[in-house]
Amino acid sequence: MTSTVDAPVDAPVEKPPLFGKAEKRAVLDPLVDDNPIALQALGICSALAVTLKVSPTLIMCLAVIVVLTASNTIISMLRNYIPHKIRIIVMLTVISSLVTLVDICLKAFAYDLSKSLSVFIALIVTNCIVMGRAEAFAMGNPPWRSFLDGLGNALGYSWILIVVGVSRELFGAGQLMGAQIIPESWYAVNGGWFVNNGLMVLAPGAFIMIGIVIWIQRAITGFSEAH
Amino acid sequence: MAAFLLADGSLVSLALKAIFVENILLAFFLGMCSYLAVSKRVDTAIGLGIAVIFVETITCPANWCIENYILAEGALSWAGMPETDLTYLRLIFYIGVIAAMVQIVEMAIDKFSPALYNSLGIFLPLIAVNCAILGASLFSAERSYTLVESTVFGFGSGIGWMLAIVSMAAIRQKLRTAHVPAPLRGLGITFIVTGLIAMAFMTFSGIQL
Repeated sequence: MTSTVDAPVDAPVEKPPLFGKAEKRAVLDPLVDDNPIALQALGICSALAVTLKVSPTLIMCLAVIVVLTASNTIISMLRNYIPHKIRIIVMLTVISSLVTLVDICLKAFAYDLSKSLSVFIALIVTNCIVMGRAEAFAMGNPPWRSFLDGLGNALGYSWILIVVGVSRELFGAGQLMGAQIIPESWYAVNGGWFVNNGLMVLAPGAFIMIGIVIWIQRAITGFSEAH
Repeated sequence: MAAFLLADGSLVSLALKAIFVENILLAFFLGMCSYLAVSKRVDTAIGLGIAVIFVETITCPANWCIENYILAEGALSWAGMPETDLTYLRLIFYIGVIAAMVQIVEMAIDKFSPALYNSLGIFLPLIAVNCAILGASLFSAERSYTLVESTVFGFGSGIGWMLAIVSMAAIRQKLRTAHVPAPLRGLGITFIVTGLIAMAFMTFSGIQL
């Protein structure tokens, strides 16, 4: 059975502890050193589209955490029964069922937010993080570790999204979660220095903002790509 | 004639809008993953772009038919079940159609152009999880397009996506000789350049179509 464990994690041959070294790495690595957005370049679409304001960003993060942990766990439980050739279809079916559940729950409990997220909740199906982790990790690791890997990656994805969301709403509208943060007296019209940065609200602002976040993140971790 | 073609709501203006004004990548951020991964060389970018146009032009009308004859509320009345509402199955159906179409395109490319097949490599199956394709189908369902409109919309967004990835690939080929700060190299600078391209595309939004 040791052959089912993939290379990135040290494979314990004895009975693994519930929360050993490999488990710790599965959660902590994706937060900084192996961040899904900044280093693996997965799941970028939604990172850009939903970060206009903080509250849809939080909903999106929550949805991704639920879907990613659940899909990793389920696919890992099924991994020995999935024929290799049709694994993509099987994974997509599992993932799209989970996303449909999340979508229906959101429509029931937070209808306005789900409207403002438009098709982007549905597009978690094609969010490469979910597929990528299922293929790269859950297919070769036991359920508990896959669950932690899903959680770690979802959290690594979430913190980048929240940073981008906070800076876009703060600089673009002077607000956070819809509440005015920058005092009115700071605005240039009232004799202050602050002007809402219209670029942040638009698509180019999202691209440039995430480029800068990736720049900072990679400068800290010391990672750089070859040309 | 020209006035008829460019009238508000006409097919030509819908296509132009999908290509330039509401570019699926630069305005809706869809299909970023393969855009970032395959935009290193112009020729592979062109190959993938053509594959995306093709798959999108087929899947949009196919999913339209599924939406309007099977899934939507009351759509099954032709089968004598006017009260069934299967919209909750939408995602599974859409993704199934897309995966099947991608498989067909993959086999066709493998047969007719093995060179292109080899250079696209892993990214061909990944078209199945390219959000631009699922996104175009979902957008045409959300905006309740007709069959012809959704075909034109699919085709237009495919062209728009190809335009974006090919221009990015051309810029990245030049960027290889530029002195970019080490942590910004690759992903970071690609995003910032994409931001600049998106800014350029925003100038199209003033056009009256």
